[in-house]
Amino acid sequence: MEIGLNHLLGVSALLLIIGLMGVICRRNIIMILLGLEIMLAAGNLAFVAFARANGNLAGQIMVFFVMIVAAAEVTVGLAIAVVLARKIRSVNADEMRQLKW
Amino acid sequence: MVTPALLLFAPLAACAAIVGITRRSRPLSAGLAIGGMAVSLLCTVRLFLEFLNGHAHELQYSIPWITLPGLTLEFGFLINEAALLMSGVVTGVGLLIFIYSVGYMAEEEHRSRYFAYLSGFAFSMLGIVLANNLVTLFIFWELVGACSYLLIGYWYQKPSAAAAGKKAFLVNRIADFGFLLGILLLWSYSAGHGEAGTVNLLALQERLAHWAAAGQLDPTILGWIGVLLFCGVVGKSAQFPLHVWLPDAMEGPTPVSALIHAATMVAAGVYLLARIFFIVSAVPSTMELIAAIGGFTAIFAASLALVEPDIKRILAFSTLSQLGYMVMAMGLGAPVAAMFHLTTHAFFKALLFLGAGSVIHAVHGNDIWKMGGLLKKMPLTGWTFAVGTLALCGIFPFSGFFSKDEILLAAMEHNRFLWVIGTITAGMTAFYMGRLFFVAFLRPAASDSAQHAHESPAVMTGPLVVLALLSAAAGFFGIPAFLQGAHHAEHHGINWGVAGLSTAVAFAGLGLAGLIYLKGWRPAAGLLKKLESPGRWLSRKFFVDEIYGWINWNLQQGLARFLALFERWVIIGFMVNGTAKLTQLAGRAVRRLQTGQLQSYALSILVGLTLILLWGWRP
Repeated sequence: MEIGLNHLLGVSALLLIIGLMGVICRRNIIMILLGLEIMLAAGNLAFVAFARANGNLAGQIMVFFVMIVAAAEVTVGLAIAVVLARKIRSVNADEMRQLKW
Repeated sequence: MVTPALLLFAPLAACAAIVGITRRSRPLSAGLAIGGMAVSLLCTVRLFLEFLNGHAHELQYSIPWITLPGLTLEFGFLINEAALLMSGVVTGVGLLIFIYSVGYMAEEEHRSRYFAYLSGFAFSMLGIVLANNLVTLFIFWELVGACSYLLIGYWYQKPSAAAAGKKAFLVNRIADFGFLLGILLLWSYSAGHGEAGTVNLLALQERLAHWAAAGQLDPTILGWIGVLLFCGVVGKSAQFPLHVWLPDAMEGPTPVSALIHAATMVAAGVYLLARIFFIVSAVPSTMELIAAIGGFTAIFAASLALVEPDIKRILAFSTLSQLGYMVMAMGLGAPVAAMFHLTTHAFFKALLFLGAGSVIHAVHGNDIWKMGGLLKKMPLTGWTFAVGTLALCGIFPFSGFFSKDEILLAAMEHNRFLWVIGTITAGMTAFYMGRLFFVAFLRPAASDSAQHAHESPAVMTGPLVVLALLSAAAGFFGIPAFLQGAHHAEHHGINWGVAGLSTAVAFAGLGLAGLIYLKGWRPAAGLLKKLESPGRWLSRKFFVDEIYGWINWNLQQGLARFLALFERWVIIGFMVNGTAKLTQLAGRAVRRLQTGQLQSYALSILVGLTLILLWGWRP
């Protein structure tokens, strides 16, 4: 069976759901960041799949940009996680609600 | 242009200089005020000579001041015979009163303030006299009201003086509201037939004459304009029913009463009528109203003076009554007679007030029953006061005789009823003036202070003598003939029938006063009893003040209380605080949405996204 666009998009959608569930359900912020990365990877996969289907490089170029942004984001995110771990001795997202009204 | 401008602005310059520079020096301040007034008087004399030589008849100088679409306001002077006469009265009598004030206010701490007010008043008054259009006139009209307020309340530490100033100001405000409406109505009315509206007196006169010739005048609107403009007169000249402020205004220093509440400001209303005579005289019913109000005020105020014990208030009621004469003369279509009486009245009433001031200065009290024997103690004051009294009573050959005769003559010709009222008033005038003079000057001294009274200094008696000469001789100056140029009314000379009767009535009044207050004659006890109740009515001034107080308390205060409740519950309670409450409640409800939990936000993003996608994918 030839692996076509639909298969790739299906995997991408699956990855997106998995990542989203991770973001919503896990309490550990590192895990939440991880979920975010998975969602970004799902996006990347969709881009690459379309690039292949259309036979041009535009989607692949976009993937590089997304990767760069993802790297930057995870850097900032992990740094915040480290600071939070130091300040409140926890990485539990439920305990981080000091900024509400 | 230079002379009238100097005439107008010299007192203002004096006022500004006193306030800005010489405030600390009392003699300098007084000198400046007198100097400013003297300059004005000289300018008036110069203009007067020009008129006498026949070089000029009616001068108008003006510069555009504010230009709006449909309305050009000018700042300008309109000088005719009446304006010149009025200016002469203001500056001449004013100068004498200024000089007199130096003596009268000698013991006063803040005399500079007093002279600054006086100069400001003179400026405003001259503005009214010279203004060539109704808007500028109205501005000066209000300035005069403000100066009057300041001067009545000069002794502001005294609650009664402060209240009197406020009362004068408020009563005048009511009247001026009508005046302003009249000006606006006149302006919009004058904007017909393809021409822009105007408030310039000469332009209005020309236009109205033109329209009248073409038969295009609307008597209803013109009548309303006349009545509304007359409202201003009723306020300033203290005609019934707005006369209540003038007696109270006697709280001010006596020279102020002489200047403002006898000679000039209250006469401004009559002068205004002369200025707008071409408007009010166009509608006969307006004229009838004016004459009726004038006549009623004349007899009404004279009756109040019969029982008043306060020397200044007697003179105030007398002023009301004489102003009533003038207004009545205007209403009878005799502006020359009114202006003539205005002039002579300015002389002798200023004289009487200054004489009263001299007496008060010596006796330290206003009650005539605590005076007595003053003719011997203060001969100059006494004899000049006698001249003023005779002039006011209209005894030949004093000036009041001629002017009162002109008014009674006009009444005789146009309205017999008003003539009867005028003649009765003349008798009452003689009676209360006789009473005042006999009690204060001829009866034995009734108190220690009267016993030890002494003549006032020369700076005070000098103006008295000058005014006495003027009061005695003003009837021979040919003032009506001079005024003929302004109003082409006919001058009749003296009608000996009318004059004889009014003189006889005046002598009767004086004689009765002498009989009662000098000879001690008492009417029969039964008659006295009958007089008791009307006497009470008179001494309470027919309860007019009480009626106004009642109206104020019940209507105005009721309305105010209702509005206060409305404000408290509807505006503050419902609208202002209600808005705040609603916002607060909404905030409290919506606040629940912000949990602070990152993941609940993520969930709502997911739900929102899903909903949007579902909505987009709707088949």
